[in-house]
Amino acid sequence: MTAVLEKPTRQLTPKEPRQWKGPAVFVAVAIIALVVMPLVLEPFRLGLLAKYLCYAIVALGIGLAWGQGGMLTLGQGVFFGLGGYAMGMYLKLNDAGGDLPDFMVWSGVEDLPALWAPFGNPVFALAMVVVVPLVVAVLLGTLVFRQRVRGAYFAILTQALAAAMVILLVGQQGLTGGTNGLTNFFDFFGNDVAAESTQRGLYLTVAIVLGVLYLAAWQLVRSRFGRLLLAVRDGEDRVRFLGYNPATVKTITFAISAVMAGIAGALFVPVVGIISPALLGVVPSLELVVAVAVGGRFALAGAVLGAVVMGYAKTYFSEELPDAWLYLQGALFILVMTLAPKGIVGVATALRARVRKEASA
Amino acid sequence: MTALLEVRDLAVVFDGFRAIDGVDFTVDSGELRFLIGPNGAGKTTLIDIITGLTKPTTGTVVFDGNSLAGKREHERVRLGIGRTFQTSVVFEDLTVLENLDLAASFRRPLWSLLRRRKGVIAAVEQALETTGLADLAPRKAGVLSHGQRQWLEIGMLIAQGPRLLLLDEPVAGMSSEERARTGELLTSIAKDHTVIVIEHDMEFLRRYASQVTVLHEGKVLIEGSVDEVRADPRVQEVYLGRAREEAAHDAVT
Repeated sequence: MTAVLEKPTRQLTPKEPRQWKGPAVFVAVAIIALVVMPLVLEPFRLGLLAKYLCYAIVALGIGLAWGQGGMLTLGQGVFFGLGGYAMGMYLKLNDAGGDLPDFMVWSGVEDLPALWAPFGNPVFALAMVVVVPLVVAVLLGTLVFRQRVRGAYFAILTQALAAAMVILLVGQQGLTGGTNGLTNFFDFFGNDVAAESTQRGLYLTVAIVLGVLYLAAWQLVRSRFGRLLLAVRDGEDRVRFLGYNPATVKTITFAISAVMAGIAGALFVPVVGIISPALLGVVPSLELVVAVAVGGRFALAGAVLGAVVMGYAKTYFSEELPDAWLYLQGALFILVMTLAPKGIVGVATALRARVRKEASA
Repeated sequence: MTALLEVRDLAVVFDGFRAIDGVDFTVDSGELRFLIGPNGAGKTTLIDIITGLTKPTTGTVVFDGNSLAGKREHERVRLGIGRTFQTSVVFEDLTVLENLDLAASFRRPLWSLLRRRKGVIAAVEQALETTGLADLAPRKAGVLSHGQRQWLEIGMLIAQGPRLLLLDEPVAGMSSEERARTGELLTSIAKDHTVIVIEHDMEFLRRYASQVTVLHEGKVLIEGSVDEVRADPRVQEVYLGRAREEAAHDAVT
């Protein structure tokens, strides 16, 4: 085909500037997390940070699904719980050493339920941490996105799922430990779970897993698939006329975010020592969405940052001003959504641009 | 020449209103066909049915020998039917280049999309060249002017490599200079594509159209060359009569 309009005069392939700032920041944060923090923080505080980093893994998934894909998922606690219970079931069986787990004895259960039996195998349990959230998310996504359920309806649906999950768990006392959940763990793959060295090792594991998942998510966002995901977020109907099925794109992304939440849940259990319905219901699911919004949902780093900052804020205010935290959290969410929709990351970017502008002026 | 698109006995009813009322419509391979008619004649509805956005109440649409019944939008794109919209929808957060690249990549297997784009593929380069958007390639599509957005949409359509292009009012809202460029673009595309264009603008039609189909109240009024159509008294009645009514209406208000 001949070009009828002006011939392009410049090189068609734009040379993209070599990115070094991003990787440099990543390495710096990794050094702080893996070397500095374990040296500086006392064990209790390191344990708290490990907990926040678990939440940051869930937040990373929310950032991917919501920030990049436009799927406001208010029920990530479901997948967090699926991963957490899979890990918890293995730990309980391991501690019981062939007998019934303690809470089952108290509930009057006499034989190990069939659902529990395979979780005695650590390989199976660890596989289920990934497989169960994956399968649930793919089934749900296939059903929901194919029917073009989106926006607020999708959000409500995921929230209802979190509520249903809690009811299910609480109602099956003998199977799930009911309201108390699974707790009283002693052994973690041959180590005393409460020991300082085990906890330090767990902290490092959580930090490394977060780092690896972050890099994977970063790669995904930068790929063609990531561009497609943004396109689906901003114009799902238009994407169909580009020859893609938006339902497939959304299902894959939702499943990835679910797997992240599942892994986070599994890591959370040995770090904190418990998994219970209160940790995965509507409220904790919402709290993480708020954290992602505060950090900045359009940047993966914002999601991670938000989870850590809000985690610290929650601990600080719960220690100092326990009554004020809920109000503060709500106010912060409203403030961010109205005044700074891009969160902390957005504010930082704007400030940096202003400083640069003034410096050059 | 063989029929690429065959529409038979098509009707669509919205709440009792017959938007399309028994349309037969054939477009041959390699044709550039203009679809005109007053507002509410059913032009966009016809395109919506062909592309799967609207389901017909009765009738069939056959594309290259395949019935399109039950096929979803993206499946029709995969068969080779591409379209633009009256109000252009481009992805503002993506660059011009990324918009085109996405349009050109839908035939790739999904897993291969997980890699990052390296360089510019030939179809995208050609689309940039044809539309004259090469200088804007690294810019976000959100900064484009109205005319540039329309060209980007047309560029995305070319990058898709479709066998049938459906353009819905590509020059609406454009300046006369932009219209001229779009006309040239259209002529160039029509050399090796089958194209259907919906257009209101009579001047544009006179300059760039050869075969014209006139729709009126959901029916095909007449089909023929530009001159035949323009000379037809019914067409004049539809357009002039409407102009008269509008003039009377304006006088009242």
